[in-house]
Amino acid sequence: MYDFSPLIASFTSLLEKTFSPFWAGAVSMVMLGVAVLTFYAVLGLYLVYAERKICARMQNRIGPNRVGPMGLFQTVADLIKLLLKELIYIRNADAFLFNVAPFIVIVASIMAIGSIPFARGLQAVDLNIGVLYILAISSMGVIGILVAGWASNNKFSVIGAMRSGAQVISYELSVGLALLGVITFAGSMQLSEVIASQQDGWWIFKGHIPAFIAFVIYLIAGTAETNRGPFDLPEAESELTAGFHTEYSGIKFAFFFLAEYMNMFIIAALATTLFLGGWLPFHLYEWDAFNRLMDFVPPVIWFFGKTALVIYLMMWFKWTFPRLRIDQLLTLEWKYLLPINLMNLLLISFLTLMKWHF
Amino acid sequence: MALLNTFKETCDYLREIWSGVGSLLKGMHVTGTYFLRGDGVTQQYPENRDQLRMFDNFKGELILIHDENNQHSCNACNSCARKCPNGSIEVASVRVQGDDGRSKRVLEKYTYHLESCTFCGLCVPACDQHALAFGQTFEHAVFDKAGLTKILNKPGSTSKAKDE
Repeated sequence: MYDFSPLIASFTSLLEKTFSPFWAGAVSMVMLGVAVLTFYAVLGLYLVYAERKICARMQNRIGPNRVGPMGLFQTVADLIKLLLKELIYIRNADAFLFNVAPFIVIVASIMAIGSIPFARGLQAVDLNIGVLYILAISSMGVIGILVAGWASNNKFSVIGAMRSGAQVISYELSVGLALLGVITFAGSMQLSEVIASQQDGWWIFKGHIPAFIAFVIYLIAGTAETNRGPFDLPEAESELTAGFHTEYSGIKFAFFFLAEYMNMFIIAALATTLFLGGWLPFHLYEWDAFNRLMDFVPPVIWFFGKTALVIYLMMWFKWTFPRLRIDQLLTLEWKYLLPINLMNLLLISFLTLMKWHF
Repeated sequence: MALLNTFKETCDYLREIWSGVGSLLKGMHVTGTYFLRGDGVTQQYPENRDQLRMFDNFKGELILIHDENNQHSCNACNSCARKCPNGSIEVASVRVQGDDGRSKRVLEKYTYHLESCTFCGLCVPACDQHALAFGQTFEHAVFDKAGLTKILNKPGSTSKAKDE
């Protein structure tokens, strides 16, 4: 049920019949690109809206409620405003790097979306090293941030960018090691196979406590890697005005803003795929009627539901915890998360070796 | 001994993590309950204009209290105007012959300059006759500055103030 691969295969064969092989490839690439870009823009806008609504409720406010019903078009209006705004050129900035930086950030996050499995067969590329690819590509974004900070020729921007560099380089370790736990369980880095290995239960349940610890560490480190609160030191409004994007205006600022939210989505989607069973429905052991009912819910809804849950957790973190100092940030990583993570990985390897997971 | 110390340090390390996670969860509990309850304290101002009640000691504007007989209790002693740091109050009075044949000071025109009032509230306790109070209205925006100068005694009103 709900398999997208026949649909996509018939579409591909249709393209191949109509065009020469070269043009069929080109057309499918363009269509895929348009689909991913549209998805990116719409999802980015509505993540911003969700964030504003959720943070408002957590602070006993109402949030955007004037533009459209319940303020649904507020972020669309904001985007139109940003599109129409003047792009200010900084006189002493390095013009080339200054202009190219937002594109590095946004291209990194768009490329990562390409290999996220939304449903069976609904995945742009199914690489055999999918996890490694997403980790590698999404950490390219920090180069854009460093470039933005450097090219702005502004002390706040440079400080923000350097903080971001230090933060992403240290937390990359924790993200990688936490995911390595699941890779050890699943025995594959291919995202479709990791999902297939969770057919009889998600890794967060099957992997006992170590998988749960890995999940929590992944959430913490993932939040840090997207530069979100409580790890938003690169932006730190109260200290650095806006950090690396202080000097940016108009659509270039919007690129940074959207990329932050999309990185959050990618982190959440990866958590969903590896820990929460991806697009697989929720099954309870031997409750056949219940399981059948769960199967009727389309996998896309399962995927987005789980991702929304993880995103909600990350927003909950942001609007609850105060920002860490840079030394506290590095202490948390190197003195707490990393040792715990290494011990946890050892435990997971042992569990896998003894086949003690379900 | 060294082993004991190492053991102690490890215990402290673990306890630190435990208490840290505990306090984080406590914070998340607070915001989580706010999220679930979702009763925002934000007022939807233009929509709830009819139901909007300001709190008791809200200082909207200065008013001269009039009773149902259109009588106020100002005896034009001018102490409110003297207390006012900005000179926002002007009390114009006339002397009239009272019933008992003595000359009596009567309020003619109580001018209140809302545009220069800082709502410090010194005028209200300065009044011996308790003639003044602060009203609850706050929508004072006007197109012309002259609209902010208000005459507080209503037309045709008389004073019920006792003689000083």
